[in-house]
Amino acid sequence: MRYLPHTDADRQAMLGVIGAKSIDDLYVDVPRSALLDAPVDLPHHQGELAVERALSAMADKNLSGANAPFFVGCGAYRHHVPASVDALIQRGEFLTSYTPYQPEVSQGTLQMLFEFQTMVAMLTGMDVANASMYDGASGTAEAVLMANRVTRRHRAVLSGGLHPHYRETVETYARYGDFEIASQTLDPDGVQDLAELIDENTSCVVVQTPDVMGRLRDLTALAEACHAAGALLVAVVTEVVSLGLVTPPGEMGADIVVCEGQSLGNPMGFGGPYVGLFATRDKYVRQMPGRLVGEAHDSEDRRGWVLTLSTREQHIRREKATSNICTNSGLCALAFTIHLSLLGEAGFTGLAGLNHEAAQRAAERLAAIDGVAVLNETYFNEFTLRLPRPAEEVVDALAERGVLGGVPLSRLAPDNPALSDLMVVAATEMTTDEELDVLAGALQEVLS
Amino acid sequence: MSDRLYSKDHEWIEMDGDIGTIGVSDHAQEQLGDVVFVELPEIGRAVVQNEEAAVVESVKAASEVYSPVSGEVVEVNETLTDDPAQVNADPHGEGWFIRIRVDDMSQLDGLMDEEAYQEFLAELD
Amino acid sequence: MTATSSGHRGLVMEEPLLFEQDADGRTGVDLPEAEGRKPKLGGLERKGRIGLPGLSEPQIVRHFTRLSQKNYAIDSGLYPLGSCTMKHNPRLNEKMVRLPGFAMAHPLQPQQTVQGCLELISTLAHWITTLTGMPGVAMSPAAGAHGELAGLMTIRAALTARGDARKTVLVPESAHGTNPATAALCDYKVESIPANERGRIDVDALKAAMSEDVAALMLTNPNTCGLFENEILEVADVLHDAGAFFYGDGANFNAIVGRVRPGDLGIDAMHLNLHKTFSTPHGGGGPGSGPVVLSEPLVPYAPLPYVVADGDGFRMVEHDDSGNSFGRLRSFHGQMGMFVRALAYMMSHGADGLRMVAEDAVLNANYVMARLKDAYNVPFPGPCMHECLFDDHSLKDTGVTTLDIAKGMIDEGFHPMTMYFPLVVHGAMLIEPTETESRESVDQFCDTMLHLMERAKAGDADWFHEAPHLAPWRRLDETAAARRPVLTWKPEEEKGEAA
Repeated sequence: MRYLPHTDADRQAMLGVIGAKSIDDLYVDVPRSALLDAPVDLPHHQGELAVERALSAMADKNLSGANAPFFVGCGAYRHHVPASVDALIQRGEFLTSYTPYQPEVSQGTLQMLFEFQTMVAMLTGMDVANASMYDGASGTAEAVLMANRVTRRHRAVLSGGLHPHYRETVETYARYGDFEIASQTLDPDGVQDLAELIDENTSCVVVQTPDVMGRLRDLTALAEACHAAGALLVAVVTEVVSLGLVTPPGEMGADIVVCEGQSLGNPMGFGGPYVGLFATRDKYVRQMPGRLVGEAHDSEDRRGWVLTLSTREQHIRREKATSNICTNSGLCALAFTIHLSLLGEAGFTGLAGLNHEAAQRAAERLAAIDGVAVLNETYFNEFTLRLPRPAEEVVDALAERGVLGGVPLSRLAPDNPALSDLMVVAATEMTTDEELDVLAGALQEVLS
Repeated sequence: MSDRLYSKDHEWIEMDGDIGTIGVSDHAQEQLGDVVFVELPEIGRAVVQNEEAAVVESVKAASEVYSPVSGEVVEVNETLTDDPAQVNADPHGEGWFIRIRVDDMSQLDGLMDEEAYQEFLAELD
Repeated sequence: MTATSSGHRGLVMEEPLLFEQDADGRTGVDLPEAEGRKPKLGGLERKGRIGLPGLSEPQIVRHFTRLSQKNYAIDSGLYPLGSCTMKHNPRLNEKMVRLPGFAMAHPLQPQQTVQGCLELISTLAHWITTLTGMPGVAMSPAAGAHGELAGLMTIRAALTARGDARKTVLVPESAHGTNPATAALCDYKVESIPANERGRIDVDALKAAMSEDVAALMLTNPNTCGLFENEILEVADVLHDAGAFFYGDGANFNAIVGRVRPGDLGIDAMHLNLHKTFSTPHGGGGPGSGPVVLSEPLVPYAPLPYVVADGDGFRMVEHDDSGNSFGRLRSFHGQMGMFVRALAYMMSHGADGLRMVAEDAVLNANYVMARLKDAYNVPFPGPCMHECLFDDHSLKDTGVTTLDIAKGMIDEGFHPMTMYFPLVVHGAMLIEPTETESRESVDQFCDTMLHLMERAKAGDADWFHEAPHLAPWRRLDETAAARRPVLTWKPEEEKGEAA
């Protein structure tokens, strides 16, 4: 077995030092009835080649953004990741290191996370950011829990434009965390008023921009309404690249900003692992979930970094911790940081511009098809089409033609009949004119 | 000899009329190590005997500060927010936490004086 | 330490922050020109600069390479962290996860276009349920703590369905902090159960704590003292007789994989850390993956979404018409990247190799215990499982603490062991060598530990207090860092304003 260094002679010699006759002597505390004498019913070990063949065969069965015209978004996006990102995150000193609890031998990870926190704060227009969450939806649930702690209230208002998976995640945490949710139903035809749902028990309003249909929203008035009522505004961004072009939620008065960071550095990877970004104001930092890295100095006064404000966390505060999160998304945060540093100010804003223009080209082209309407007045890199047929059928028919055309909103929210003919289409810097030609042609064919 | 009274949770209280000043004992600050943060209650909050009134944190630990008697918070030591190290430097003086208007003076009867507290500490070792 | 004019120390390079290397006009990417279209942003265009630094690709590659060189890693040495299972991370797994058919698949593609992804999830689920002897597994949790949350929510959903509003979760004193934190997230009251003098859960205390109000016990087995809970069958009976569920924390599954199935121990729910037992890389603190296996009464309440075999293919259930599932926990359906790696690992080892994994892990830990037991006090006699626990009794009167030993280990070229955990012994040192360490490597580690104890007993306390002497950094002042937290870099002019 290539991963196990011991020879049988090693094992015998080591048992001798221990004073045991056999390995089974070391399992004496296991009830005899539960100790297996033979391997379980699964295949036996295999070499690299055999494993590689078996897994490649599975991978080859998939259509994907690598081999099909691709327009799928709604919370995960196809972007180009520079080659050096993957080369650097595969350095063993990053890939195979532990959580940086021992600062003297973890400065690489710690400095990187400090850079990550700083960049997240810059993008979102906030004061501070943590060292990552699992993903956007779980981060949003944590934001609501945090708002409950800050305001000592127990009712969250969720915008209809919030990604239905995010809404369901918050509802799960609410059901078991004993707080109340007031959810709007998604209205495809207009921006709904959220301020009227705020009452004296409301801890926060959660609003996504661009929303699940791709529509942008000015949060300024809503932030004022929240603050006037003593509630916090939680802004959710599922496409972080939008922040290269759009006013960040922090400048519009948000108190907590949660983003899905997958777009930078991380593959779509069929749903995970992703990286949740979580940023807030200085005054709320002690109510934040997750790890935080802070600047420190060593006994020779050299600048370094340490995990700090740890008393918020589960390993110290146990049942009184701000969250139970422990392992988060360190390596994904590294990929995010490297990608964003390669882009820099000019590259990031430039990339955002390319995305916006790709979406405009796609919207114009698809709107020209008979019976198809673009619902968005505003959008960044994805928009919603109204189709003359149920969107799920259309998407399936496109897939039969080898085209991954978009997301039918009914898949995310099957209980809302108003969404059945709506399809969300995303375009990025990866989208080529050829792909758009194929999609437009296939869509025309499917609808005719 | 001061009029300071101590609880078994290592808080002290010193009375001036019906106003009691509350802090943590020298022994408690030593056990905690370097204090990095203090969370104080709002003025006007009612605190209950032997229940949490404040939180004190070192790098690797967080502890509740229990109020030795019940009452209403009338003043908090805001300077600890900027300089929590005072809890270590002067736990019985500048490092005080809160002042409360005591509801029921008879609750003081169950507390230890300096001598009794020192004996209590000796037994802990 | 001799100062150098560059600040570098041989191969240890001083490296400023990215923001301190910023120059206008530098970039690490070349993008096509924009067309110059009029934006459709409804007037929400960003006004000011973001503040991101500009660097070229060579600068960035060097920056992150230099940072990486300041990290300890499994690739460079033995990582004795107890309960963390820092084993070798095979590179085949990395190659497999990067296959475009996995990496470039989107979670919301039509299901008929991602049958290979669903097959992989279903295959991995089969390996997990077979290895654990449990009828079902929820694959979506993102990490161990998230798996605990899924497990407790499943339990609460099952209890609610039978009209049982229990409010208490029992947790042993030796438990990892995520256990009580998770129970609190589910709005449970946490009650602590003491350990007995043998480092196991005190069954009498458990019996005394049982009532109609207890929803579950969360027990790590092997436990955080590195011991197998030998009365576990009785523990399960006590719980089940009282109508409570048995939650097993599977953080230490590496000791028993292929040799003991939690399903044979009466466990109702248990998360596995794929980033521990099944070698997906820790990555400096994640990502992890925490599938949770479930007993028959709990399976109907599992979280969404989940994959089922359906005729010739596979189907992902994203919405539950039965109303049983407790709901969704995250954006999409799981840590697919970790699934691919874990399945590559499992298939490489096979049923025979995984059994050897457990046995060699247990062998290495018992070997460490045997070699160190005369120098370091063993609070609970062995045999231990995959990790061994020492306390600081042997350091009494030396002036040297557990922390000092840990910092001394850094000078000796080792990452420290887990310290001051579990809380049930004084000055705990918890050591888990894992099965991927050779005998030579474990011997070198033991020799070092013995040397440090000799040094402590020889009155070298001052050296210890100053340690590490040779690491890239000396001891960092965590107190000052926590008193005045600096959590982001700010340009000089803004720093001035803040002061």
